[in-house]
Amino acid sequence: FAIRKQLPAFFKNMGSGSPMPRQKFCGMFCPVEGSGDSKTLDFQSLPGGSRRSDGQVIDRQTDISQPRVEIRESRGKSALQNLDDRSDRLLIKGAKIVNDDQSFCADIYMEDGQIKQIGENLIVPGGVKIIDAHGRMVMPGGIDVHTRFQMPDRGMTSVDDFYQGTRAALAGGTTMIIDHVVPEPGASLLSAFEQWREWADSKSCCDYSLHVDITEWHKGVQEEMEALVKDHGVNSFLVYLAYKDVFQLTDSQVYEVFSVIRDLGAIAQVHAENGDIVAEEQRRILEQGITGPEGHVLSRPEEVEAEAVNRSVTVANQTNCPLYITKVMSKSAADVIAQARKKGTVVYGEPITASLGTDGSHYWSKNWAKAAAFITSPPLSPDPTTPDYLSSLLSCGDLQVTGSAHCTFSTAQRAVGKDDFTLIPEGTNGTEERMSLIWDKCVVTGKMDENQFVAVTSTNAAKIFNLYPRKGRIAVGSDADLVLWDPDVIKIISAKSHNSNVEYNIFEGVEVRGAPLVVISQGKMVLEEGNLHTTEGCGRFVGRKPFSDYVYKRIRARSRLAELRGVPRGLYDGPVCEVSLTPKTMTPASSAKTSPAKQAAAGAQPVRNLHQSGFSLSGAQVDDNLPRRNTQRIVAPPGGRANITNLG
Amino acid sequence: MAERKLLQRDSDDEGSLLSKLGTDSPKPRVKFGGMFCNVEGAYENKTLNFESYNSSPQSVRRHVKIKNEEKCWSDTFSDTGSVSNFSSVSETRPSGDRAVGTETGSSRSQIVYQTGPGHNREHNGKRETDRLIIKGGKIVNDDQSFYADVYVEDGFIKQIGENLLVPGGVKTVDAYGHIVIPGGIDVNTSLQTSQLGMSPSDDFYHGTKAALAGGTTMIIDHVVPEPGASLLGAYDQWKDIADRGSCCDYSLHMDITRWHDGLFEEMESLVKNKGVNSFLIFMAYKDKFQSSDSQMYEMFGIIRDLGAIAQVHAENGDIIDEEQKRLLELGITGPEGHVLCHPEEVETEAVYRAITIAKQANCPLYITKVMSKSAADVIAKARKKGMVVYGEPITASLGTDGSHYWSKNWAKAAAFVMSPPLSPDPSTPDYLNSLLSCGDLQVTASGHSTFSTAQKAVGKDNFTLIPEGTNGIEERLSIVWEKAVATGKMDENEFVAVTSTNAAKLFNLYPRKGRIAVGSDADIVIWNPKETKTISAATHALTVEINIFEGMEVRGAPVVVLSQGKIVLEGGKLNVTEGSGRFVPRKAYPDFIYKRIKARSKMADARGVPRGNYDGPVHDVISMTKSVPATPSSRGPQCPGKGPLGPTRNLHQSGFTLSGTQIDDHIPRRSAQRIVAPPGGRSNITSLS
Repeated sequence: FAIRKQLPAFFKNMGSGSPMPRQKFCGMFCPVEGSGDSKTLDFQSLPGGSRRSDGQVIDRQTDISQPRVEIRESRGKSALQNLDDRSDRLLIKGAKIVNDDQSFCADIYMEDGQIKQIGENLIVPGGVKIIDAHGRMVMPGGIDVHTRFQMPDRGMTSVDDFYQGTRAALAGGTTMIIDHVVPEPGASLLSAFEQWREWADSKSCCDYSLHVDITEWHKGVQEEMEALVKDHGVNSFLVYLAYKDVFQLTDSQVYEVFSVIRDLGAIAQVHAENGDIVAEEQRRILEQGITGPEGHVLSRPEEVEAEAVNRSVTVANQTNCPLYITKVMSKSAADVIAQARKKGTVVYGEPITASLGTDGSHYWSKNWAKAAAFITSPPLSPDPTTPDYLSSLLSCGDLQVTGSAHCTFSTAQRAVGKDDFTLIPEGTNGTEERMSLIWDKCVVTGKMDENQFVAVTSTNAAKIFNLYPRKGRIAVGSDADLVLWDPDVIKIISAKSHNSNVEYNIFEGVEVRGAPLVVISQGKMVLEEGNLHTTEGCGRFVGRKPFSDYVYKRIRARSRLAELRGVPRGLYDGPVCEVSLTPKTMTPASSAKTSPAKQAAAGAQPVRNLHQSGFSLSGAQVDDNLPRRNTQRIVAPPGGRANITNLG
Repeated sequence: MAERKLLQRDSDDEGSLLSKLGTDSPKPRVKFGGMFCNVEGAYENKTLNFESYNSSPQSVRRHVKIKNEEKCWSDTFSDTGSVSNFSSVSETRPSGDRAVGTETGSSRSQIVYQTGPGHNREHNGKRETDRLIIKGGKIVNDDQSFYADVYVEDGFIKQIGENLLVPGGVKTVDAYGHIVIPGGIDVNTSLQTSQLGMSPSDDFYHGTKAALAGGTTMIIDHVVPEPGASLLGAYDQWKDIADRGSCCDYSLHMDITRWHDGLFEEMESLVKNKGVNSFLIFMAYKDKFQSSDSQMYEMFGIIRDLGAIAQVHAENGDIIDEEQKRLLELGITGPEGHVLCHPEEVETEAVYRAITIAKQANCPLYITKVMSKSAADVIAKARKKGMVVYGEPITASLGTDGSHYWSKNWAKAAAFVMSPPLSPDPSTPDYLNSLLSCGDLQVTASGHSTFSTAQKAVGKDNFTLIPEGTNGIEERLSIVWEKAVATGKMDENEFVAVTSTNAAKLFNLYPRKGRIAVGSDADIVIWNPKETKTISAATHALTVEINIFEGMEVRGAPVVVLSQGKIVLEGGKLNVTEGSGRFVPRKAYPDFIYKRIKARSKMADARGVPRGNYDGPVHDVISMTKSVPATPSSRGPQCPGKGPLGPTRNLHQSGFTLSGTQIDDHIPRRSAQRIVAPPGGRSNITSLS
């Protein structure tokens, strides 16, 4: 079919249409003199215990012509000693270490998958593999907080499984992924979680962790969530406001889920789209005879996303639950998040590679396969200024984390929906391109510096999801997940050269500047000189503890403040109107799916439970006994109710 | 946050809270006059019709026409327009003196009139209220003010101008130094809606009586059918009660308390035959009235097609329900629990959502009861983005705030209970008045629904049982004048706009109501901007024993109120007739709203991309069934009309429509579709084969 033929016309101006001239590297990246002195890092391993005396200004990148990275083995006897585990011991020399707070020059020595020493003139055992960085940047490996590898969708499975997916991630400089467990509605969360663990343990090439999606809500789910948080290292749950009749929860249910999540110390994630409106719009658009991929974006307008973000922020505010919006795809949704943060809500926003790198104009492509490849929910915004806007908000801190939402389907799989866009499986690629695209869109254009780059690609994610400082930082004791970054390399993204299984790359033809030179995962070099050396199944599951400090310090303080108190009043002893409790107002027109969690508390109708707390407030009154009895007897409904047992 | 602040503050006893009422305005009172002086020559190009000036035979003909064929009233407006008559009138009067007239009263002796008041009254004792002339007042419409006399006959305004030729023996009403404004229209009252089986303490008779006492000459009441009951039945019931009780003209909104497909015909018949052009949808009151987003979308679509206006009660019922449960568990049972479980954000969220849905459905939206700053902000922003949305602050939100919920006096705290609640933020009234003045909010209403303390006391141990509603029908005009005009936020013309004209335009009553013009109904208020009175339950015309504005000093009050051409208030005395109010039908497609909606409907057609057929490989889908379980997940009751089709799963719903025009229609499509069909097959796939 005719994908290739069409390509040039559509990709002609991609990547080169950047309105800003590319800025020269360096200049703003030189650290302030002396800024390395007061750092909190551990330099005890420095010989003689003395700190580096002077802040070292890093050489400008004038040495580009010289050998890019030297990797050499130590020779002689010592080499023989360590033949068996030589990749476990690595020394990076002459690197500019970039953390989210500062950059400085030092050597890094790592052993057994952990960073053991940072500093200059390190004393290291003989026979270690040495990487000479020549002053290039070494940064913590990227954390892709949102992937859906191997995701089942209506009987199909996304083409990138954990092996292909993590391989692509590593190729792009991402050394950890957090994947979403999507239990079928009705299935157990725990068994779904075990299923995902099994898949990932056998295939993943890099460390991983798992989010669990809440696809339905009942009492059993609450217990399973508790078990997941306490015993299985899950501290984040995603609820869907979209996918009506499949995954969608009502506002009441979301409220309850959020309350449970807050009590467990986890983080609530939300897929924010108003599923009700989407369902109606889909029906309308199909009725109009629009069945192609453009119907997808027409049925999911930007406002629908912004509305759902606004609603979930409101619910999270009420429940005092930290909120994390996955896939921020539009300007207005990002604005809602930014505004909510200004008002003090604990909310985080995650733009994804696709929303930062491209826009939704491709849905109108004449090439069906191409248009279908962009299908994701919420859809890419047709507004071509969106990527620029989102990267600006990302740079200024209004959005904090980047994911990829990598979930790829082959064209044949997408073609299931060739006559009905609602059937097209959703998801785009992006795990491999994430770091390079952000570097190109944000750092090269001068919107953020290298430290912020580390923050949005790795550190913030590690902090929010309680992986910090094991991940997301180059420090002694952290995992040896490192990326040696080359800011000057220019490459063109293409389906021909990428590591994903999918035959279509939505960034096809985009020219990006900046790419990983060397990627180290668990202390082993997995990418050098363009060659991937991954081992299927070597990725470990990384458990995440609840009550992440970064998130919950504020939540805790607010919980303490948020206690509500009633007004102590004298008893109202005036006349009380006799209400003949007409059953017509009582009938609970069974709306929504009533959650079992509620039935316990509200087996009595909430509005009718006249005496639930009659005693608690007025218990302190002096005239407690006689007058109260009288008045209460008046208010009691004629038939009496089973829950009035304590009135005598 | 505001709640917390208030909790700290609530140690103040009720006395000090009360004492601040009405006197804590940060701005010094602006003197009346000054900005209200008219620009010289401003009358010359007005569109008003003064043809009846000095041509009495013509006016008699017109009068007959109107009397017999009420429906033609709009024509009589349009076919006139003798500007020259009017400009000659204005030139004869020295405008400079007029300008200071209101302030100094020096113009009282300026214009000499022909008829003597004393003589007429004896002569025409029987029908003294049917014909009268208002003399010497400044007529204030929403666009301009000017000096003229108004001659009223048979409930219509017959002539406007100076030196009118009127039949002998008409009563003269003296309006020197006062302004003559169109009677107020209160677009949100619930005078008949019972809660928990209790009827409001102010029924149609008492409510409309109070309305007239405050200068409101028309109300639009909400018909609230029991969920599941017939709309037409409820409409007939309301109309019957109102016909017997109402003292002023009225119209009816229809509330949709439970949506199902059968309601469509009823809505259509209400719009086409019954003169209802507005429907209210509840986003709150979970399990009772609440509608889901899908239902709202459907209803908005229908309302747009019918040419009506969608109103929403905007609060997120799901969150409120959960918060109520939580607060009751915490042991908070007093009225403060009401405001704690209806936080401002919940209102704002619902407004935002309603606007989003209305935008999708391209339906005009009207937000009833705007009670908080943030909700008003959302409306203002949406209007800036071009949404057709209107906001209605009510007397209570413009006049007072929600700090009273923490009053130690239970009866007082309970009197303020309404939904959405008054915001505890004391700067809210001021803010809403500002938005009202600048046009971000357009209409004022009262949301009047009063219950006696004994009725409210049903919820003395559980705030969720307190019947909701506050007074405001009587105080509305005075409070808006006091808070907005007396402080200089708006002028008298804007005052007329927000109390009367905008409502008339929105609900398609204009220009029969909401304007002083020839041919309009003679619902006229003679307003004294300088009169000061203190609102109190002791003196108000309502039956409820607590007035939430108790002790508030307001400037501006009606001196004379004309309803249907009869004097109902004069000299502080009310003279109303139970059942004299007429039902005023409202036509669909109000121009003020639908001109834009129509244009947008034309633009909004989405078009698909014409593509060649995809003929590549199609993945073979095996087990489709496991992801299908359709768990109902919508807010509110499931809509029966939508049950059978699972929206995302209906694989073949429109398989034919798009590709029917393709050339290679037959062979490749068949084979591809056969692959996509789920193994078990579905019962709704009958059209394929």
